[in-house]
Amino acid sequence: MAIVEVKDLDFTYDGQVVLQGVDLTVRESDFVAIIGPNGGGKTTLLKLLLGLLTPTRGTIEVDGKSPRQASPCIGYVPQNVHINRSFPITALDVVLMGERDPKKRVTRRTAASREAALSALERMDMAEHSDRKMGTLSGGQRQRVFIARALATSPKLLVLDEPTASIDTKGQTEFYQLLSEINKDITVLVVSHDLLVISRYVKSVACVNKSLHYHDQAEITDDMLGAMYRCSVEEICPVELVAHGLPHRVLAEHKEQPQ
Amino acid sequence: MIEALQFDFMRNALLAGLLASVICGIMGTLVVVSRIVFLSGGIAHAAYGGIGLSSFFGWPYLPGTIGFSVGAAMIMAAVSHRLKHRADTIIGVIWALGMAIGIILVDLTPGYNVDLMSYLFGSILAVPRSDLYVMVIVGAIMVGLTTYYYQDLVAMSYDEEFAQIRGVPVRRLYFGLIVMLAVAVVLVIQVVGLILVIALLTIPPFIVEKYAKSLFQMMVGASLLGAVFTVAGLWLSYRYNLTSGASIILVAGVVFFLSLAIDKLRIAGGPGTQTVS
Repeated sequence: MAIVEVKDLDFTYDGQVVLQGVDLTVRESDFVAIIGPNGGGKTTLLKLLLGLLTPTRGTIEVDGKSPRQASPCIGYVPQNVHINRSFPITALDVVLMGERDPKKRVTRRTAASREAALSALERMDMAEHSDRKMGTLSGGQRQRVFIARALATSPKLLVLDEPTASIDTKGQTEFYQLLSEINKDITVLVVSHDLLVISRYVKSVACVNKSLHYHDQAEITDDMLGAMYRCSVEEICPVELVAHGLPHRVLAEHKEQPQ
Repeated sequence: MIEALQFDFMRNALLAGLLASVICGIMGTLVVVSRIVFLSGGIAHAAYGGIGLSSFFGWPYLPGTIGFSVGAAMIMAAVSHRLKHRADTIIGVIWALGMAIGIILVDLTPGYNVDLMSYLFGSILAVPRSDLYVMVIVGAIMVGLTTYYYQDLVAMSYDEEFAQIRGVPVRRLYFGLIVMLAVAVVLVIQVVGLILVIALLTIPPFIVEKYAKSLFQMMVGASLLGAVFTVAGLWLSYRYNLTSGASIILVAGVVFFLSLAIDKLRIAGGPGTQTVS
């Protein structure tokens, strides 16, 4: 079953072609990494999937519906965890924001919704901070709260925009373990300009740079990089990729060129 | 102060100040957290165009001014929503233009002269009873709407994108907020003057924001703090025979800088203090 179905999508902004001829199918329970250079259209693609932007041409279906209808079943974790830092709101109230029924204006805080929000925080290891103001939490902690808020919407698809930006390298491994835990029930889509997201947990990779190349395996081939970054693997980040020592192959062998 | 209350105008002034504090406490909280302080300033100044228009055409004051202000506010809100990076410029232009139109129209009005000073600083000591009733009604409507849309307002002002994804009618709500702001600003200007409106919209919410844990707490706290400023300012103005609006702002300003100084001390205080990473 496909949860996301993008067909022949173009997006033009201010006369500039941002995305062109994009096709993408995301299967249920997939763990997709969308990578590509900055300005390549990753975040635009994300906003199209969320229904915040309208495609110039082509169709998008999420869970068989238009993005705008489907958006309540997408859990969205924003890139910027520093938004409105002085805003008077506690971690629990942020999560409750995801918990409430989007169709209702006046919502009463029931014990059940409080319980559900607390358990979402618990899952992110943030229950003890539930009563703290968002501004007093660290960037990584705030991000956990935002993920808890996304989970509180009981989503079918979890979308994260550049999630590792506010986490140190050690935290990133832990973070991806957590995502793969979540991925047991929910389809996960991660956007990153960072090649490190190609960790062992990712099941497939989509490279976006105006056009989209999809690989249903967690590997980056040399020609994908060529198409995406206009330079070779070695130039991008030789040390990180070679010396990181993950127990899996990040890059395809040079000789084994895909057709 | 108690002896001052034997005067009718003093009682009215006190009531007007308290009502303005509540209206500005609620609206000011939304203005500060949504970062539309400059837009509110634009509305407040452009409103003078409405005053000029009403006096030139001989329209009743309130409908004319509110109509003009809501119109100007809509233009500013629409442009700033679409072109976020140019919002401040556009607001600055309409701000200036509104005032200029007002002054010229007042010039052209034969035999009639609106006192610019009373527009800027209000005449809180000369508030008629009827204005108090209007403020009570508008205040009640505002409290009702804010209560009804409270969760949506929190979601929108905290994280607009997330709110939109969750199906909150962000556009409608944003423009609704601006209309409500324009109405509130015009009403309160008429009573306490433009300068005091901006002071009451920004200073109490800003001071309270650091201590509040929710938007609701911030609204209540800002209203109470505004009320304290008003009472203290009115007392000062009565006791030392000073201009009332300016006295209220002086009190608010002093507390504002005191709170900044206290924050500095708390951050420098070392262990036991919460620092923001």
